[in-house]
Amino acid sequence: MNSAVIVFPGSNCDRDLAVALEQVTGRKPAMVWHKDSELPAGIDFIGVPGGFSYGDYLRSGAMAARSPVMRAVADAAGRGVPVIGICNGFQVLTEAGLLPGALMRNARLSFVCRPVPLRVENSQSLFTAQYDAGEEISFPVAHHDGNYQADEATLDRLEGEARVAFRYLDSVNGSARNIAGILNDAGNVLGLMPHPERAIEPAHGGTDGRRLFEGLLETVSA
Amino acid sequence: MKARVFVTLKNGVLDPQGKAIHHALEGLGFSGVNDVRAGKLIELDLADETSDAEIEDMCRKLLANTVIENFRIERMEPAQA
Repeated sequence: MNSAVIVFPGSNCDRDLAVALEQVTGRKPAMVWHKDSELPAGIDFIGVPGGFSYGDYLRSGAMAARSPVMRAVADAAGRGVPVIGICNGFQVLTEAGLLPGALMRNARLSFVCRPVPLRVENSQSLFTAQYDAGEEISFPVAHHDGNYQADEATLDRLEGEARVAFRYLDSVNGSARNIAGILNDAGNVLGLMPHPERAIEPAHGGTDGRRLFEGLLETVSA
Repeated sequence: MKARVFVTLKNGVLDPQGKAIHHALEGLGFSGVNDVRAGKLIELDLADETSDAEIEDMCRKLLANTVIENFRIERMEPAQA
């Protein structure tokens, strides 16, 4: 699996994601700068990492979503290439219109930084095939703007189409219906606030994130 | 020509920052505050021929996130020479 990690000014989980991908796939991902308007040829997975792209100016992810590389990411997503947006990457994907809804300031205004329990709501997606439906796992979160909001009709559609991939077991940030991660309608774009790339090795305190990348590798290589 | 864009949260969208400001005002002893909503003011210095439609396009494409925000444009006509 040839992967690409997008790097914006202010990204800070790009290296974590690259290390996780290299461990799981055995290949170093291409690090693609936000000003590039094309992705390297033959990319079969794209990661949009966490961080504080453009200093969170205007709105988290707003500037990054309009950068040249995101047009290439949107084109690739349209062709069915799997794309994951983690934390700030999730904010970027919603701002870019690749995922519905918006991520607002946490309901209690505080930055939340701790491992949180999650439930895998959809175990049939490209990203979650190695989890059991309803399985409870733990990923770390580290965010200030993770409060997922969308109108009721959108939330109902996400639930009805099994596009809620992960849900918090407890209220972490005020997200509507405790949503932690969602899929696009084609199922090849996942956005989530928790960090699977920080739950890869036992030294991270848990390895629940590893299966997300392993499952993806299996599906993409099949 | 200058224009001001006011970006505000849509009705019904919870505003944690507005709530915190409200509590802080109460903490300072201002008791008559019913509600606080925080927004943004963006000032644009534009070429005189910029059309309303173009400013609206800027708002939709970047300045506001219309999933959660409304915007209002206020044109400030150039001073007469």
